Amino acid sequence: MDLTVAHQFDDAEQQQEASTLGMWIFLATEILFFGGMFLGYTIYRAMYPQEFAAASRHLDVVFGTVNTAVLLCSSLTMALGVYSAQLGSRRMLALFLGLTMLLGAVFLGIKFYEYYQKYEVGLIPCAGFTWAGPNPNQTSLFFVFYFIMTGMHALHMVIGLGLMTVLVLLTRRGRFTPSYYTPVELGGLYWHFVDIVWVFLFPLLYLIDRSS
Amino acid sequence: MSEAVIERKTYFFVWAVLLAFLGVTVGVAYIHLGWLNPVAALSIAVIKAVVIMLYFMHLRHSARLVWVFVGAGFVWLGIMFVLSLGDYLARSYLPKPTTWLP
Repeated sequence: MDLTVAHQFDDAEQQQEASTLGMWIFLATEILFFGGMFLGYTIYRAMYPQEFAAASRHLDVVFGTVNTAVLLCSSLTMALGVYSAQLGSRRMLALFLGLTMLLGAVFLGIKFYEYYQKYEVGLIPCAGFTWAGPNPNQTSLFFVFYFIMTGMHALHMVIGLGLMTVLVLLTRRGRFTPSYYTPVELGGLYWHFVDIVWVFLFPLLYLIDRSS
Repeated sequence: MSEAVIERKTYFFVWAVLLAFLGVTVGVAYIHLGWLNPVAALSIAVIKAVVIMLYFMHLRHSARLVWVFVGAGFVWLGIMFVLSLGDYLARSYLPKPTTWLP
């Protein structure tokens, strides 16, 4: 008897399908969670387009672009990790999970350095916000959205790093086989989802007002 | 277990495509297109998201039931945006009352 199949499932495949479906249901709630913030950003951007554009140009495109590339690379290593799990290569799985964590940590490092730069020039709302241009109150709204949205995204990254740590430990204990690697698959889904959130955050916060 | 294992070279190809789109979206942002700038940026973001979901997230080979749930997530997102923006963006269409009751 296969001990990895719980008794309510016909077989391992059905069990994995149920787990995958459950993960996607969770991710659907996450779409709406981040969607609410994107909606708020859209509404206020439509209300104060000039202020949002001026504030947006104070973000560093180079850091943003590098961070996007880092995150896309981490998605590749995550996908290769799941691929290694499917093939049953424990060593490669641990290696790719480690690489994914490293890239995730690089992303967070760059992100927090960006936060520090914003702090230095006084662009953090409610913490000595200084704005020489017109309408500082409306402009600070952009930074409220910037910090809450990227902050929520960074929190998801930290949670992702925690999940990866657990996956590495389980890998080292030999818990995953080609016939059972569901936690790796689901951890991957989570990681790629957080990547997708950034794929939308980056152009909306950094890019769309560059040329105006 | 999952029957269709996507090949390793497919992942590298998808990754290269994603990085190429990143380059395009940054480049396009510096060309003055007016209202088309956000449209271009969001279109590229949607393409990247779909590619990530189909290949990295294995949606292409997932059960169709999963597709229904993913679709439901985006349908509800669409409802939230359409109804909310229908309110906020249309507010200026109506004349403001000239006098307020006390």
